[in-house]
Amino acid sequence: MSKLICKCGHVNPEGSELCQACGRTLTEKAAKRKTNDVMRYEGMARRSQTYHASVIDKVWNFFSSVKVGVWLIVITLVASAIGTIFPQEFFIPQNIPAIEYYEDRYGIAGKIYYVLGFHDLYGSWWYMLLVAAIGTSIIIASLDRGIPLYKALKKQRVERHDSFLKRQRIYSAYEAKGSLDTLNRLSEGLKKRRYKVRVENGSLLAEKNQFSRWGPYINHTGLIIFLIGAMLRFVPGMYVDEMLWIREGETQIIPGTDQEYLLKNEGFTLETYQEGDSEVFDETIQRTGAIAKNFQTDAILYKKDENAIAGSTDNITEVDHHAIQVNVPMKFDQFALYQTDYIEDELYKMSFTMDSKETGEPVGSFTVDLFDPNTSGVYELNDGYAVEISGYYPDFSGFDDGEPQSVSPLPNNPAFLFNMISPEHPDGEVAFVAIQQNLEPLGENDYEISFNGIETRDISGLTVRKDLTLWILALGGAIFMFGVIVGSYWNHRRIWIKTDADSHLYAAGHTNKNWYGLKKDIAPAFEYAGLDQPDDHQELKESKGNAKEEDESGTTREHK
Amino acid sequence: MSKKKQKRLIMRVSILAVLLAAVSYTIYSSVTGDEKSLVRAGDQAPDFILEDLDGDTHQLSDYKGQGVFLNFWGTWCEPCKEEFPYMQKQYEVFKDQGVEVIAVNVGESEFKVSNFANQFGLTFPVVRDVNSDVMDAYSIGPLPTTLLVNPDGEIEKVITGEMSEEMIVSYMNMIKPESQESSE
Repeated sequence: MSKLICKCGHVNPEGSELCQACGRTLTEKAAKRKTNDVMRYEGMARRSQTYHASVIDKVWNFFSSVKVGVWLIVITLVASAIGTIFPQEFFIPQNIPAIEYYEDRYGIAGKIYYVLGFHDLYGSWWYMLLVAAIGTSIIIASLDRGIPLYKALKKQRVERHDSFLKRQRIYSAYEAKGSLDTLNRLSEGLKKRRYKVRVENGSLLAEKNQFSRWGPYINHTGLIIFLIGAMLRFVPGMYVDEMLWIREGETQIIPGTDQEYLLKNEGFTLETYQEGDSEVFDETIQRTGAIAKNFQTDAILYKKDENAIAGSTDNITEVDHHAIQVNVPMKFDQFALYQTDYIEDELYKMSFTMDSKETGEPVGSFTVDLFDPNTSGVYELNDGYAVEISGYYPDFSGFDDGEPQSVSPLPNNPAFLFNMISPEHPDGEVAFVAIQQNLEPLGENDYEISFNGIETRDISGLTVRKDLTLWILALGGAIFMFGVIVGSYWNHRRIWIKTDADSHLYAAGHTNKNWYGLKKDIAPAFEYAGLDQPDDHQELKESKGNAKEEDESGTTREHK
Repeated sequence: MSKKKQKRLIMRVSILAVLLAAVSYTIYSSVTGDEKSLVRAGDQAPDFILEDLDGDTHQLSDYKGQGVFLNFWGTWCEPCKEEFPYMQKQYEVFKDQGVEVIAVNVGESEFKVSNFANQFGLTFPVVRDVNSDVMDAYSIGPLPTTLLVNPDGEIEKVITGEMSEEMIVSYMNMIKPESQESSE
């Protein structure tokens, strides 16, 4: 690794732009670059930019590049934008396979969309890879810049070479002012402005708010913590997001709890505002109909003994008993149950009467629990009458080979094969009964079954959520914001003063932003020292071609 | 200086390695996300206890030393209906060789399940998972799903979908105890 030896004799690592001791520019190239760019990292060698590179170094240097980082962000943004063209998989109907949906609906574009994984953007591996690459870029680029910057700022020397001072945007040379008294007055004035002042050998360095340079590094740390939090969601036990559909009266295992907790739904309520409840709603109710007031599941939470075996219902203890409402979750053991959905009025029980066709009078009535018919299937009526269920088809879909079919276990369209026993027909008469359908497959019967009402119940949809990463995300976000504040509301300001044996005084100033503020900040000190305000060379340059503007501003700029 | 460079290389390699490991883990678990919770071959079969239609309880761990052919099913499920006669037939062949069949219904009514069992003349235990407890423990998705539990209580294989009679024979052979002193 070659070295750059400065005229002052200090040995700098290759890639340095300014001598770390005296501040001279070290290379032709650096001399031509804008001072502001050179000063961003204090003219230090960015570690990635030099020397023979191994594979590891090449990978490192790739991620260290800000240009690469910006491109990664741009690509990710474009991908995210494309992901909004068609709906995400989460929002499409669940009853059709996703591939078919996209192809049928959007044609070849939809198919490409699906194949490339845009339909589930946040879950597709290449998108994660992009985010991971951004994360890597943030870490490596920050290390490569932050560490040299820290070193440079830590070992700053008070005395800098004339050429360093001359290159600064704020710079003036004063003749016959280079006295110890002036230096002291400047020092005093700057200290009043809360600058940290160091004086050595007739040179002065005043500095304030150095910490604001760490703003970007702090907010990068916050981002990384945030990404770690997001990553931890994939660690088992850190994050649970499940749906629990539970009918009124049912007890179900709560998914995601490793069969440790059960929930019983004691009843679901949907309340709506009634006319007269409130003036605010009356008008709207007349216009749009019902407005929901409350969604509520009365729930009992049970905990199973830790060593309990799946399926066993021994050793179950009640832990909690309260109503789950929107925004009032049931919380337990890092889990929370939120009321998020419901299905109203699912068929629950069906009542029938057995009627004599001759008289038209019922001979008895019975009620079938559609989820749990009498195990024997027999419903005894009075006076020697009885009905036996010989077949139950909860979700009747038609006949196959004479056999009634059910496509699901849910009572969406219940149908029954009844055997009606009467004193006249002790062996029974067969009737097939479905909604709006009454068949007598084995010939004319003397009795018939008719519907006599239904009972329904609601299904409550609860979201089971556990998120142990939340505080990490919050911490990352807070650190990020803190970094933004540190970097935005404070500016790193420095003033260099140098005097020489011929009583010259050189003054230079630098800040990472808000030059106006810097000038205002140091003005009283210069005034107190009896010096004219130092020149802002950028302002001079800008106004050179515009004499009129200068006339109006009335600035005077001669103090040599 | 070369010492410094070496130190730097070590730093870089370790930072990159940590990042790579984190990224690979995340992508791996998201890609396999849906299956990761599923009970897999090689796992110890989660123990359970359920009641059959006669009111007798069956605990999986009681069948240690025997192979257990664990079938999850529902009465409405066509492929389930198809495979039950084969399972019954092969159960009669293999039960003396130390293979037990347990058919776990996914929580339908006792009426439906016992009707079904009678219709097919099932003689092996048919149990009902009323609270979806065992389904959750085994993360059962589509029906039918069959798990082959070997005499050590380990899962030998997970089969989702319908099985032919030949398949059932070869699966029962897979979990048959080597020397079967015990036969029920």
